[in-house]
Amino acid sequence: MDKFTRLTGVAAPLFRANVDTDAIIPSREMKRVSKEGLGEGMFADWRYSDVAARVENPDFVLNRLGYRKAPILLAGPNFGCGSSREHAVWALQDYGIRCVIAPSFGAIFQSNCVRNGILPLVLPEPAVAALATADRPQTLTIDLAAQTVRVPDGTELPFTIAPADKEMLLEGLDAIGITLKRLPAIQDFEGGYRARYPWLFF
Amino acid sequence: MARTLYDKIFDSHTVHRQEDGTAVLYIDLHLVHEVTSPQAFEGLRIAGRKLRQPKKTLAVADHNVPTSKDRLAGIKNEESRIQVEQLAINAKEFGVEYFDMSDIRQGIVHVVGPEQGVTQPGMTIVCGDSHTATHGAFGALAFGIGTSDVEHVLATQTLLIKKSKNMLVKVDGDLPPGVTAKDLTLAVIGKLGTAGGTGYVIEYAGKAFRDLSMEGRMTVCNMAIEAGARAGLIAPDEKTFDYLRGRNRAPQGADFDRAVEYWKSLPSDEGAVYDKVVELNAADIVPLVTWGTSPEDVAPITANVPSPADFKDPHKAKAVERSLAYMGLTPGTPLSEVPVQKVFIGSCTNSRIEDLRAAASVAKGRKVADGVYAMVVPGSGLVKKQAEEEGLHTIFTEAGFDWREPGCSMCLAMNDDKLKPGERCASTSNRNFESRQGPGGRTHLVSPAMAAAAAIKGHLTDVRSL
Repeated sequence: MDKFTRLTGVAAPLFRANVDTDAIIPSREMKRVSKEGLGEGMFADWRYSDVAARVENPDFVLNRLGYRKAPILLAGPNFGCGSSREHAVWALQDYGIRCVIAPSFGAIFQSNCVRNGILPLVLPEPAVAALATADRPQTLTIDLAAQTVRVPDGTELPFTIAPADKEMLLEGLDAIGITLKRLPAIQDFEGGYRARYPWLFF
Repeated sequence: MARTLYDKIFDSHTVHRQEDGTAVLYIDLHLVHEVTSPQAFEGLRIAGRKLRQPKKTLAVADHNVPTSKDRLAGIKNEESRIQVEQLAINAKEFGVEYFDMSDIRQGIVHVVGPEQGVTQPGMTIVCGDSHTATHGAFGALAFGIGTSDVEHVLATQTLLIKKSKNMLVKVDGDLPPGVTAKDLTLAVIGKLGTAGGTGYVIEYAGKAFRDLSMEGRMTVCNMAIEAGARAGLIAPDEKTFDYLRGRNRAPQGADFDRAVEYWKSLPSDEGAVYDKVVELNAADIVPLVTWGTSPEDVAPITANVPSPADFKDPHKAKAVERSLAYMGLTPGTPLSEVPVQKVFIGSCTNSRIEDLRAAASVAKGRKVADGVYAMVVPGSGLVKKQAEEEGLHTIFTEAGFDWREPGCSMCLAMNDDKLKPGERCASTSNRNFESRQGPGGRTHLVSPAMAAAAAIKGHLTDVRSL
């Protein structure tokens, strides 16, 4: 997985509350058995005026001048609520989004982001709102190690993140590899567990 | 220290706890379906990894499968067919039990687990599907995970997760006649909002939940995620044990008695502390319907379509304006006058036998209104069989409902069952998001009885008035 250390880029505002995973990628857009190419279906119902023909909706933020291929999204509260579909995160990733800034996130979506090298960055709602309502594209610099977002006027906004999530993103770690290092502990646990609840093993 | 049901299950499955509180949690049961698993199996293959515990894994195709009578002839949509075929290939290669479309046990994964008795109290259960919370009805800690975590569980039989906070949702009193488990769970979502449960696991307690059947409890827990919670739980009791006794994969004989002894130790201790407590009175709940594009947009069927001006929060007011425009609704219109063109009875929320009985009791001797297409999609082959043994299919077909094969169907419109743009549907499913049931489709979430009533009348209807 790609490491996430520092990112400078345009932040595209999509400042609506409760943007759900069905909106990020409609179910019809996720009939693939690999992760690649899902970016095309990202926000399909909003991004295209004719979904089947892939005709762009010129009003959608990522189709507007200066926001196309923005690597940062400025989102509203509870972004990514809804389903567990990791396709939502893969779609963002495939499109080129590396960071989503929002006042809060759906829990499964947030952990899916971390597993895929996308930084789910929580800022207070007024701060996100201020950035999202700017009348021209805003370029932000995110420094994960320092836990800051530098905004165009030079101010550095601090943010918090769980240490484990930070480490995973900074190092681009593979969670399975880390857990498998604990295999003896898992096997030990399983032995005792099996003795207590034998009916769970058949 | 007094512990909650959630504390007990989480503690007993914690293999290791890291300094920052992240636990390596042991997983008892991993349910797998065709949409969120192919990339996980692909990941295993690339890394040369195997399944740690194939027998703790069960696979079934549900999201993409057709619900038409001729489906065994093959899936027409190529992408859907590939996902279903890939699941069969993966199950075979990695040694996982798989129920294919020709198997009577096939159905929606959250209907199949309990039905087979694989879902048991005290377990940790995961699936790449947010409605995994359904299994919480048995006092199991069950929640949805993303595909990276699916791969993690396949490879290690554990999950890295931080413990959530405890929330108690207490509803005492009796549900009035015509008010069901679906109305109860929608009432809780209406009260909490779709983010009210974020960071929590909800325990549902009180007489209203105790009085529900296991099917009703599954309906309640199913929608914990719509309140933002990771999982919903109901303490196991005699009803739980009776449901499980004799099921295929439930413990048998002396093992069952041992298991019951353990299960009896699971309910929250007296004096256990919750981080948040929410209380409702069952007697105040009426049949509910959603009017917007978020499951928190609930109102009594006797109410009118709200106006954005009714909402103080500017975010919400703006969202309401947007929702109403999408839904094609005018503030002040009585909800009971909103016409529907389609009715969907099914989904992991409401496709079990009790749901079908409730819908059939409304449909019996009546006819689906002109211009309405109403479909009934049983949750599994076994639910379908039982319903047919009880004659429910005859009631439905005589009334003009389409009686289908099992699957997720129009809940998320991944197969051919979908709304056309602008079509309005009374649906027993769990999400009324924009385009969820088909591009441009408009969804009103209701109980099975209310859905059947809407089909008969051709508009949203208070089932109590029939």
